[in-house]
Amino acid sequence: MTRAELPGSIDATVDLLERGDYVADRSLATTLFLALKMGRPLFLEGEAGVGKTEIAKVLSQTLGRRLVRLQCYEGLDAAAAVYEWNYARQMIEIRLAEAEGVADRARLAADVFGPEFLIERPILQALRPDTAGAPVLLIDELDRTDEPFEAYLLEVLADFQVTIPELGTIKAPEPPIVIVTSNRTREIHDALKRRCLYHWVDYPSAARELEILRRKVPGAPERLSAQVVAFVQALRAEDLFKLPGIAETIDWTTALTALNALALDPQTVNDTLGVLLKYQDDIARIRGSEAARLLATVERELAAAG
Amino acid sequence: MTGPGDMDGGGGRLAENIMHFARVLRRAGLPLGPGKVIDAIRAVEVAGIRRRDDFYWTLHAVFVNRRDQRDLFDQAFHVFWRNPKLLEKSLSLLLPSVEVPAEDEKKSKPASQRLAEAMFPDRGDRPAKESGEDEVEVDMTLTWSDRERLSGLDFEKMTNAEIAAAKQAMARLVMPVATVPTRRMRPDPRGRAVDMRATLRASLRAGGAIALRRKTRRELPPPLVVLCDISGSMSRYSRMLLHFMHALTNDRERVSSFLFGTRLTNITRHLRHKDVDVALGKIGTQVEDWSGGTRIGPALAEFNLKWSRRVLGQGAVVLFISDGLDREGGEGLGTEIERLHKSCRRLIWLNPLLRWSGFEPKSAGIRAILPHVDEFRPVHNLDSLADLAQALSRPAGPRGRHGWENRL
Repeated sequence: MTRAELPGSIDATVDLLERGDYVADRSLATTLFLALKMGRPLFLEGEAGVGKTEIAKVLSQTLGRRLVRLQCYEGLDAAAAVYEWNYARQMIEIRLAEAEGVADRARLAADVFGPEFLIERPILQALRPDTAGAPVLLIDELDRTDEPFEAYLLEVLADFQVTIPELGTIKAPEPPIVIVTSNRTREIHDALKRRCLYHWVDYPSAARELEILRRKVPGAPERLSAQVVAFVQALRAEDLFKLPGIAETIDWTTALTALNALALDPQTVNDTLGVLLKYQDDIARIRGSEAARLLATVERELAAAG
Repeated sequence: MTGPGDMDGGGGRLAENIMHFARVLRRAGLPLGPGKVIDAIRAVEVAGIRRRDDFYWTLHAVFVNRRDQRDLFDQAFHVFWRNPKLLEKSLSLLLPSVEVPAEDEKKSKPASQRLAEAMFPDRGDRPAKESGEDEVEVDMTLTWSDRERLSGLDFEKMTNAEIAAAKQAMARLVMPVATVPTRRMRPDPRGRAVDMRATLRASLRAGGAIALRRKTRRELPPPLVVLCDISGSMSRYSRMLLHFMHALTNDRERVSSFLFGTRLTNITRHLRHKDVDVALGKIGTQVEDWSGGTRIGPALAEFNLKWSRRVLGQGAVVLFISDGLDREGGEGLGTEIERLHKSCRRLIWLNPLLRWSGFEPKSAGIRAILPHVDEFRPVHNLDSLADLAQALSRPAGPRGRHGWENRL
């Protein structure tokens, strides 16, 4: 894999994302460009399904960097996120040493806690040099972990180094590109946010969403895509518990295309609403007359726009 | 509108202006230290300022840390980079919730003068001030006049003896919720799991047969969310309940507090003030619906829609303090309380209305809520924090399927 250069300007960043089929608005491209240029982690917050994780994937793919993903969950600790010792091998090593009659305990300790007994987990992997350039480290859904892990991340994100008591400090020769995402199921502490560049990923405008559909579902009929986008945009103005994200728009269009639908009609909308809305209350509210009303409005607007 | 050319005054002028902009934002309440200013200047150097929107988003990336700061940043940006003097003048209009003390106001006057001179060194600022001021004033009124504020509530100051009593009550308070095991471990000789790392280290030190070190799960109290009714029928308890919420917030971690009457207000940040009188003073000016009617259904709907996913994420326990008397006769209340019940670990209802023991759930609101609470705590005499702590400290029953409907 050839080593791709980091983009040199905001326009180049927009192009880079576009090559990875990611249609970004200018604000996101600006923040991303700054994060890359200044070597700062990028903190992305937003509703589920607006394409936060996708940015890391697209970056790794277009820059030709390795993607290291750390999926966060409650109780995530250093052993699962950073490193762990290979205890089984260590035990065998100790037994062998005893069988051979090695008396020097200090040497044995140094042997057993050596690099070859270390199992590297995502964060440590991301600090290791790579021929293709520093990897992309995706710390996904940080809000799912607890505060202690967040505090641990401070050292990693500020200095890109990890301290292992038995081995010493491991520092990345070249800082990885760090993308942190959060769905905001709780507030992330300000101390962590302060070290990052922050961006709130919003729902896209109609034009941008249509462009995303064109790239992600190339087989969808033009008229259907336009209707889907207008319908979803109208839905986002409704008072729903969970608004549909871009991921849902793409899924819905794929589903409708698979059903060979050429255009939306109330019956199809009612039958496939489960792809778009994931809460029973929301579905019950929209299904039937409300869907028909939205659809009629959408039809009128599209007709007016020509 | 001033074009980018005016911003790039050459040399250090831009850096200086960014610094002043950061100071304006800081006064407006954004937590920006000198480190952020340096970051911002570096970021602008890196990104360049060929386009105004790039400049906007560059500063945005560095200065904005939370979603709710975006509006503030947006308004400040557009006013400041047009004419910073106007912003200084209208800051108090722009931010009704941030009170600038009088002496600060005085001190900042010369600063704003300097700022204006720094921005427009070769232009008299008088005409701009004359023509611009009206414009800004209209602007601000349009933006903020809809925020009616009723600051009538005057809390009595808490005496030292009361504070001491409150602390004691808090120390004795046992929530009817056990601690929950987390997925983190701590060393424990009687623990179930083997701590391999500690074992190996110990064995290297001691040699011979490997003695197992053990560990067990760490336990923590779950996050707590307090939803407190402040309508007219609850008004005699408001002060005491706020003291309770303040003591609770400062006593443990992960407590979020909300007040509701006809609307919902998040007061968590205010309660974090260590000083109870300062905290309550701030709440008194922010909350708009003291002693009004109660619309429990809509208030809960708002909580479910906007907050539940942000504060109930980690298995939170909800403490719902209300007399259950609803102005709208319990309309829509059932479904909302059911959703709340289903999205938290435990829903505890503390009802202070009942001053007699022969309680019968007659009101529509109460009947709507009862089927969906895990724990129902009527308090017959609720005049002190100690009573409240005692009521909450009784042991809890299991989480049943049918709530409290048939148990009364």
